[in-house]
Amino acid sequence: MEKDETTKLPQEELTEIAKILRLDILKATTRAGSGHLSSSFSSVELLTALFFNGILRYRPDEPLWPKRDRFIMSKGHAAPLLYAVLAKAGYFPKEELWRLREAGSPVQGHPILGKMPGVEATTGSLGQGISLGIGHILGGRITGKKYRVYVLIGDGECQAGQIWESAMAASHFKTHELMVILDYNKFQEMGPVSREMGLEPLIDKWQSFGWYTAEVDGHDIGAVTKKIHSLQEIKDQPTILVAHTVKGKGVSFVEQDYTWHGRAIKDPEQYKAAEKEILCG
Amino acid sequence: MRLGERAGLKESKPLRDIFGDALLEVVENNPKVVVLDGDLGNSTKTELTRKAFPERSFNIGIAESNLVCIGAGMAGAGLIPWITSFSSFLLCNGYDQIRLSVAISNLNAKILGSHGGITLGKDGPTQMGIEDLALVGGLPTVVILVPSDPVTMHKAVKAATDHVGPVWLRSSRIAMPYIYPQDQEFIIGKAITTREGNDLTIIANGMMVAAALDAAVALQEDGIQARVIDLHTLRPIDREAITKAAKETGAIVTAEEHLLHGGMGSNVARVVAENCPVPMRFVGLADTYVESGDPDDLLEKYHLTSSDIEAKAREVLAAKGETA
Ligand SMILES: Cc1ncc(C[n+]2csc(CCOP(=O)(O)OP(=O)(O)O)c2C)c(N)n1
Ligand SMILES: [Mg+2]
Repeated sequence: MEKDETTKLPQEELTEIAKILRLDILKATTRAGSGHLSSSFSSVELLTALFFNGILRYRPDEPLWPKRDRFIMSKGHAAPLLYAVLAKAGYFPKEELWRLREAGSPVQGHPILGKMPGVEATTGSLGQGISLGIGHILGGRITGKKYRVYVLIGDGECQAGQIWESAMAASHFKTHELMVILDYNKFQEMGPVSREMGLEPLIDKWQSFGWYTAEVDGHDIGAVTKKIHSLQEIKDQPTILVAHTVKGKGVSFVEQDYTWHGRAIKDPEQYKAAEKEILCG
Repeated sequence: MRLGERAGLKESKPLRDIFGDALLEVVENNPKVVVLDGDLGNSTKTELTRKAFPERSFNIGIAESNLVCIGAGMAGAGLIPWITSFSSFLLCNGYDQIRLSVAISNLNAKILGSHGGITLGKDGPTQMGIEDLALVGGLPTVVILVPSDPVTMHKAVKAATDHVGPVWLRSSRIAMPYIYPQDQEFIIGKAITTREGNDLTIIANGMMVAAALDAAVALQEDGIQARVIDLHTLRPIDREAITKAAKETGAIVTAEEHLLHGGMGSNVARVVAENCPVPMRFVGLADTYVESGDPDDLLEKYHLTSSDIEAKAREVLAAKGETA
C-alpha cells in the first residue's frame, strides 16, 4: 500500500501549532515593519487543518513531487501565514521567516513561484487562484496524476470578475478535485464587505454556479477537518467551504478592526500585549 | 543620503499624500468630479475625499475592470471621474477596458495609477508598477503625467482635471522632496528646465528628477555643468525641449523609475534620433523584475540612485568627447 503522505498530529498539538503560527506571523511582520498580519491571522486554523490534520498530501523534502496535492494561496497578501506554515511543515528553516520582505530574501512580500519551495503560485493580484487550480486539475487529468487542489480565497476577493469566470469553468469541467476555502471574515481593505461591495446571498451565488457548498466555523480545527473530509466525497462538482472567520483572530485589538489591514504591529507595548494574548489564548 | 539632500532640497510627505490633498481640493471646487476606488483608498489616499464627499465617492471593490468601465460610463454621463488604484491592478486587470472605454472612446476620464515604480518596496513585484508608462504608452489618446515633487503633483491633479480628454497620472508611495517654489508653472506637455547647464543634459521624471539634481551637484564639483530637464509629461512629449538640449549640450542621460524597455528614455531617444542625434545613456530598470525590499536597498541594488546617474553622465561625456 502506498504511504499516506499527509501529516496528522494530535489535537493538542494542533492548537499549539496555531499559536506558533500566529507568533511567527507576528514576529515576521513586525521585523519587516509591514505585512498583512490580520489577513494572515484570519486563516491560521484553516491552514493548520489542511497541512497538519491529515488532509493535504505533500513531501517537504520533494516539493515538486508530481502527485502532491496543491495548495494555492489566492489571497496572496496572507504570505506571512503561508511562509510560517511551509516552514513549520519542513520546507525550509524557520530562520528564513525573519527575512520577510527584505531585499535579496526569497521570502517575498507576496508569494512568488520558484522563490520558496512549497509556494505553488505567484499571487498578490487578487482573483487568480481558482483558475490556476483548474489548470492543475485539467493538467493532472491529462498526465494521469491524481491529486487534489485546495485554493484559499478572501471574501473581498470574491468581487473580482475572474472569480466568477473560474467558478463557471470549474463546474463546467466538473472539477470535484478542486476545493475552495473561502475565508469569510466579512472585511476587506476599506471596511466591512457588506458596506463596500456586498456579496450576499453568497452561498446562493456559488450554488447557482454549480458548486457544492458547506459552511463552518473557520477557527475550529476539528470542525474544519471534518467538513473538508465530507466535501472530499462529493462527485462531479467543485466544492467550496465557506469558513466564517474573524479578521485578525487571536489579538483582541486587531480583531474586526479593518484599519489594521496590511499593517504590522510596531509599538513595543502592543507587540508584548499581542504576544501574551496569543500565548494565553 | 536622503533623496535630494545633496541638492539641498527640502523634505516633504509621500507623494500619494499630496495627491490625496490635491484631489480633495479638486472635488471641493468642481461638482462634476467623482472619485472611484478599487478598495485601496487608504493606500492611494482618496480616503480623504471619501470622508468629505461620500456622495461623490464610490468603492467598486476588488474589481478593476468593472471599476474602469463604471468610471468611463460616468464620464459618458458628463461627469469627470478620477478612477484610482495601484497602476499594476488598473493596467493589468483593466487594460482592455481602459483601451476601449477610455482611450479609443477618448472620454474625459482621469486615471490615477498609484504605487508606480519600485519604491513601494516591501510588497514586492506583483504590486509594483515598473511597466506602467510602457503600457499607457500603448494607449495613444491618453496624456501621461509623472510629477516629481509636491508642487508639481498638486498642480498636475488640477491640470489633469481641467484638461479635456483622458489622462493618466502616476503617483508613488515615497516622499519626493520639494524641487519647485509654490508658484512654479505647470503646463501639460511643457517640460521644466530645472537646472541650467551646457555640458550635458539629464532628462528625468518622477523621483529621478531629485536624484538627477543630486547628481548634477556632484558633477559640478568636477566642473561639469549638467542641465536637468523634468519631463513630467511623457505624452505629448516636449520635442522642442529635448531637441534644444541635444543641440546645446550634445549629450543626454535619461533617468526613470521604470523599465528601460518602452519607458521615457526610449521615447526621448526617438526624438533625439530624429532631430539631433547625440550620445545617450539610460538609467532605468534592465529587463528584470524587482523583488521585495526596503526602497533604498532596492534603488541601490537596481541602479536607480544619483550615483548611477552620475556614472552614466561621465560615460556619456566620454562618448561625446570621442565623437566631437
Ligand atoms: C486585483 C487586486 N486589487 C487590489 C488589491 C489590493 N488589496 C490587497 S488585499 C485587499 C483586500 C482583500 O480583502 P479580502 O479578500 O477580504 O481578504 P482578507 O484580507 O480580508 O482576508 C486589497 C484590496 C490586490 N491585491 N489585488
Ligand atoms: Mg476579508
